[in-house]
Amino acid sequence: MSNNFRIDVKKSAGLIDRTQPMTFKFNSKTMHGFQGDTLASAMLANGERLVARSFKYHRPRGIFSAGSEEPNALVQLRTGAYQEPNTRATTAELFDGLTATSQNHRGPLGFDIMSATDLLSPFLGAGFYYKTFMWPAAFWEKLYEPIIRASAGLGSLSMLEDPDKYDKGFLHCDLLIAGAGPSGLSAALAAGRSGARVIIADEDFVLGGRLNAENHTIAGMSGHDWAQQTLAELAAMDNVRILPRTTIFGAYDHGIYGALERKTDHLPHAGDKPRQVLWRIYSKHALICAGATERSIAFANNDRPGIMLAGAVRAYANRWGVATGKQVAIFTNNDSGWQTASELSAKGVNITAIIDPRDTAPRAHIAGATIVMGASVCNTAGRKALHRITLTNGQTLNADCLGVSGGWSPNVHLTCHQRGRPVWNDDIAGFVPGGDLPVGQTIAGAANGDMTLGAALSAGHKAANGIVKELGFTNSRAQVAKADDETFAIKQFWHVTGHKQRAWIDLQNDVTTKDVKQSQAEGFKSVEHLKRYTTLGMATDQGKTSNVLGLAVMAEATGKTIPETGTTIFRPPYNPVAVGAFGGRERGQHFHPTRLTPSHRWADEQGAQFVEVGNWMRAQWFPKQGDKTWRDAVDREVIQTRASVGVCDVSTLGKIDIKGTDAAAFLNKMYSNPFAKVPVGRVRYGLMLREDGICYDDGTTARMSENHFVMTTTTANAVLVYRNMEFARQCLFPDMDVHLISTTDQWAQFAVAGPNARAVMAKIVDKVDMSNDGFPFMACADVTVCGGTPGRLFRISFSGEIAYEVAVPARYGDALIREIMDAGAEFDITPYGTEALGVMRVEKGHVTGAELDGRITAFNVNMNGMVSVKKDSIGATLSRREMMVAENQVRLVGVKPVDKSDTLSAGAHFIAPDTAPTTQNDLGWISSVCYSPHFEQHIGLGFLKGGHKRHGEIIRAWDGVRGTDVDVEIVSPHMYDPEGGLQRG
Amino acid sequence: MIINHPLLGPRDANEFVHLGDVSMIDRPDGMDADAAAKFHDYLYLRDNPAGEYRELWYHEAGDRSWLVVTRDTLTHAISSVELARDVARTRGRSK
Amino acid sequence: MRYSALSILKNGLTGNKNWKPVWREPEPKKSYDYVIVGGGGHGLATAHYLAKVFKGKNIAVLEKGWIGSGNIGRNTTIVRSNYMLDGNQPFYEMSVKLWEGLEQDLNYNAMMSQRGILNLAHSDGQRDAYARRGNAMLMSGGDAELLDRDAIQKMCPFLNFDNERFPIQAGLLQRRAGTARHDAVAWGYARSADQHGVDIIQNCEVTGFQMKNGKCIGVETSRGSIKAKKTAVCVAGSSGRVMAKAGMRLPIESHVLQAFVTEGLKPTLPGVITYGAGHFYVSQSDKGGLVFGGDIDGYNTYAQRGNLPVVEDVCAGGMSIMPMIGRSRLLRMWGGVMDMSMDGSPFIDKTGIDGLYFNGGWCYGGFKATPASGYCYAHLLATETHHKHATQLRLDRFMTGNIIDEKGVGAQPNLH
Repeated sequence: MSNNFRIDVKKSAGLIDRTQPMTFKFNSKTMHGFQGDTLASAMLANGERLVARSFKYHRPRGIFSAGSEEPNALVQLRTGAYQEPNTRATTAELFDGLTATSQNHRGPLGFDIMSATDLLSPFLGAGFYYKTFMWPAAFWEKLYEPIIRASAGLGSLSMLEDPDKYDKGFLHCDLLIAGAGPSGLSAALAAGRSGARVIIADEDFVLGGRLNAENHTIAGMSGHDWAQQTLAELAAMDNVRILPRTTIFGAYDHGIYGALERKTDHLPHAGDKPRQVLWRIYSKHALICAGATERSIAFANNDRPGIMLAGAVRAYANRWGVATGKQVAIFTNNDSGWQTASELSAKGVNITAIIDPRDTAPRAHIAGATIVMGASVCNTAGRKALHRITLTNGQTLNADCLGVSGGWSPNVHLTCHQRGRPVWNDDIAGFVPGGDLPVGQTIAGAANGDMTLGAALSAGHKAANGIVKELGFTNSRAQVAKADDETFAIKQFWHVTGHKQRAWIDLQNDVTTKDVKQSQAEGFKSVEHLKRYTTLGMATDQGKTSNVLGLAVMAEATGKTIPETGTTIFRPPYNPVAVGAFGGRERGQHFHPTRLTPSHRWADEQGAQFVEVGNWMRAQWFPKQGDKTWRDAVDREVIQTRASVGVCDVSTLGKIDIKGTDAAAFLNKMYSNPFAKVPVGRVRYGLMLREDGICYDDGTTARMSENHFVMTTTTANAVLVYRNMEFARQCLFPDMDVHLISTTDQWAQFAVAGPNARAVMAKIVDKVDMSNDGFPFMACADVTVCGGTPGRLFRISFSGEIAYEVAVPARYGDALIREIMDAGAEFDITPYGTEALGVMRVEKGHVTGAELDGRITAFNVNMNGMVSVKKDSIGATLSRREMMVAENQVRLVGVKPVDKSDTLSAGAHFIAPDTAPTTQNDLGWISSVCYSPHFEQHIGLGFLKGGHKRHGEIIRAWDGVRGTDVDVEIVSPHMYDPEGGLQRG
Repeated sequence: MIINHPLLGPRDANEFVHLGDVSMIDRPDGMDADAAAKFHDYLYLRDNPAGEYRELWYHEAGDRSWLVVTRDTLTHAISSVELARDVARTRGRSK
Repeated sequence: MRYSALSILKNGLTGNKNWKPVWREPEPKKSYDYVIVGGGGHGLATAHYLAKVFKGKNIAVLEKGWIGSGNIGRNTTIVRSNYMLDGNQPFYEMSVKLWEGLEQDLNYNAMMSQRGILNLAHSDGQRDAYARRGNAMLMSGGDAELLDRDAIQKMCPFLNFDNERFPIQAGLLQRRAGTARHDAVAWGYARSADQHGVDIIQNCEVTGFQMKNGKCIGVETSRGSIKAKKTAVCVAGSSGRVMAKAGMRLPIESHVLQAFVTEGLKPTLPGVITYGAGHFYVSQSDKGGLVFGGDIDGYNTYAQRGNLPVVEDVCAGGMSIMPMIGRSRLLRMWGGVMDMSMDGSPFIDKTGIDGLYFNGGWCYGGFKATPASGYCYAHLLATETHHKHATQLRLDRFMTGNIIDEKGVGAQPNLH
């Protein structure tokens, strides 16, 4: 197929480069276009009429508009993992080798078997699905819904990972201008010349807005030339940034705008470049110059391929040198339709007729055209492509294209994003912004109802000058570019009545005037109800071409005016934005940062298995040759540690340095147990509550000197505890002399545990009396290690063995772990991971996040005695509420299967023997389990109603989701060395 | 949103963590006779105004200042930003 | 008019000209036995059950705008009963059972679609917490399955199994969960309530409460004074504002939750999926749009709109767990005002004021609760006693310490 709808270059060169032909494919057809084409203009040039199917009735659809408002011509662009559903052919830039396929049909596009629904349309009106498909109930999921779902939707995702990259960035400016049409360019010139930092963005790839689609003259040159000259001047200014292919999609708080720049969508391949960039633009002021969008008129069968917006017909002729038909008719209620007729006629396109419901023609003559005033188009013919129209005066005319203009709607979207409500303007028959724009936003040009060229140019110029002056810049003296104002007159004429056919309002969602009337008849009269009941304006175009029409028909049906009927408002985004662009680079391994422990490299060398703990990667266990399962490794690590010595990287625990003369008093507020009198050189276990009395965190805090404490927190709560302590310091106790600094990342810390820990540490630590008297359980000191490296030593134990934690500046962590392993070689030291750590703490009955899950009180873990009643500390008061200390509260217990060969599972619930697993019979749950090599069986910790008094009882651990039900014995949670003699040894 | 930090100038709200009502500063004394009732009201009941609201934000990804921001909950317009420590002192807090 | 395939056929053949208004537009009467303040999902459901099940008479629902204009008109439509705590789970399980018979009860197709919800777990601890939860679900008479990674891959091969920062370990599946057509729920309840004699009065804003001797005896409205024997407030995000008119401070803050929908797509997802390592949950509507959301913005607001950081955070979560959605386009984002309570759980209770009742604190989970909330509120209004599945949803629970904190984050609404 050739470009037989391309207008002769001498008559309309357009903005395409005819020396650069391109080949593309639509479905199986290979076609040709030129550099500068959109997919739509190229398809029209090739005479391609039928390009899509509508959403509900699968009606044949053609290209309707020449911009992002397109409701019909949605295609799947590209193939494989690059497949992109619902792409508007009207904005997709043509590139060589482009591949597009039509969507939403079963069978070929021309013979969509789903179009059978069109025949059933009398039964598929507004909201029909709310009234049926209810019997039998189970059929909804099995039968009705799958059919509806398969028929609904538009294009398909490839279901493959999006292979493209997306970037994000921040931009700052004095003035952001959204839209580079006449008002936007005029504004940018004025603001740029004043020296203000200006960003001007436009969604098109050729800037100039309607100037590229019209035949205007500005300052004695063509509108397009003026736009290019203006852009060249702007490009030469250092203070102006021009963003083509960039849509300002949302207006957010405090002058922040969201923008999407399409970087490589117009290229065959992105290469190593990002596909799109999401900009967050921080503006001191924003000027919305978003123009206006043409809308249609509703008349019978107004949805056929070949029926288009009159402004689009004009745009295709002027910008792309494409005649949208061989016999073009125009149906318009305003002067802009006449513009289309005269310009096409001048380019040699055959205009068969102009039909205008008004009484007086704005022009007397259009070459070759029949002028029919006071009439309308009342029906059309041609299922897959228009070939005939019928007029209300009975006349029938042949036409393969009908350009329709029902007037222009200002693009007020960005003014509505902060709930601003537009108001009706009778003169232009459209909604213009009300007074409630976002702070720091101004609107100018057609978007503000300045519907003519001269008015738009001066509105942009004036607005920009006003804004930059306010921002402290001096206005340049340059005058606004001169242009004439074309005539703009419109009759409020919305739909053609007196027929029984369907007349479309929302082309994509197949909402017709009948649906609107039915909605009204059923009581869905509020505009919001109308929208929701009929789905009007909820398609991918968000009603850009249909909302006003729908409102007008509703207003008429209810006997109200349009202002009385009201309007829905717009939400971001102005045009749809790829989810990938919002996600940016934060995906895959980069979804969250990865934190590595100081011994990570060493552990990796040992072949450690790592596990995600928050953002940290921690060694989970250290496999050795011959291990059959992970359990072999974990068992070995536990046994070896308990028998001799083991070492574990515990650097991920939160560390907070606390200094000041009030440090002890401050800690006494933060911890529920007494902290005021901790001796220097001693560590104390601390229990921290939330203000609501729930256990928040626990850890040890060491008093290194009179006014210096070092706190440890759990890994998970490191950030939160620090935040809360800063809150207490600044907001609750502002005059306490205390300072806090998080040092989690600054220190590498290792636990060395086991009967031989002392011997190993004696080789590591310099000049410290390591005897039990010299450095007893819960001692701490600033020390040096390995011959002078500064460090800290704590004698604390999580494992229940003799244990030390030694800390050095993080950069020495890797060296220290190697030194410890060397020093421990003679004792067959083992590194151990988080699994072995977990086993030993369960054996010992220590609680962690699995127990302290944000709902557990000190009472629940049998530690309420630690909550001092002699002082006021965070959470103490509310921890004593009646229900929180009631007898039937759950209490921490240990649990062992009665049959030693049984396994336990965390998440199982406790129930009494001979009861059913019901909510009423629920006695508690198991929070942690492990296989204990020491006890040679599974053990666990859990919470049981009144559990502290039930040691020795046999109950059931029921785990319905895993299908197990195990008899268990309730025991003390302190299973290993309950007296604690070992760790003190 | 943008918060005009009294020490650092305008910063993106994304750098901050939001806590809630400024009244969180007015923590009762746990040793008071009717402390339980006071803590209940302090911790759980809110004015939750539609309009001007004084609230606590924490500059977690910044200088770790707690700030009191006066913001309209209908429009999000911010009318003042103060250091919470100063506000706490004016509300009678000390040690 | 009873709806059926036959009624559609009949009307279709007669040009669809005989459809009748779905509800009346009555003028407010001077007095009612029950005035329900708030014509959202919960208010309309309360009216329906009060009139139909509890045989209440002389009932009005007052709505300041158009019915269904609150959060039932803008939410992510998820219905589930996958809670853990005994104060919540039996209540939500009751709700799912009501959902299962809702269309037949209302003679209105709210398109309750039980296509399941899958909560993904990314660590052993998360898996075990889901097991505990799943068992609580089973014990309440609901359904739950714990899936391993292989079973999830079979069900959702499009999830990120190759390059996930936090690999999928397990999942909790509730097959009876799903989605419903949110607007239709409001309309269905309204239509049924209307048919049972309830006056649904739109564009009628409550401006104050009439108090006499410490008792609430009615309301002042933008359409005049209305006396009421019982006044039942049910206004979700506006709870603080409305109850302040009665001099009450609530354990509630108003926050914004944003939600998002993409352009329509052919069938993509089997049901609802929630990501356990990021803020992202998603389902697909019958029209084909991916409907998704994440966390609340985090600051108090009544503005019904949010900001970009949360949009980016949610989409990053989505791209992380299902990177095949990258080329779908976000079509619309919106924000609803959530009545975030201090423990993340709701209230259906009497107030300290005679004649005044309160239903609120639904946080971002009010939609799924609509039937049970309406039923239990109607029970309270009609019988003066709490329904057996709503005994813990009390306003005084922070005084007694019977906190229902599913998330375990304490008295900070923006963390729930």
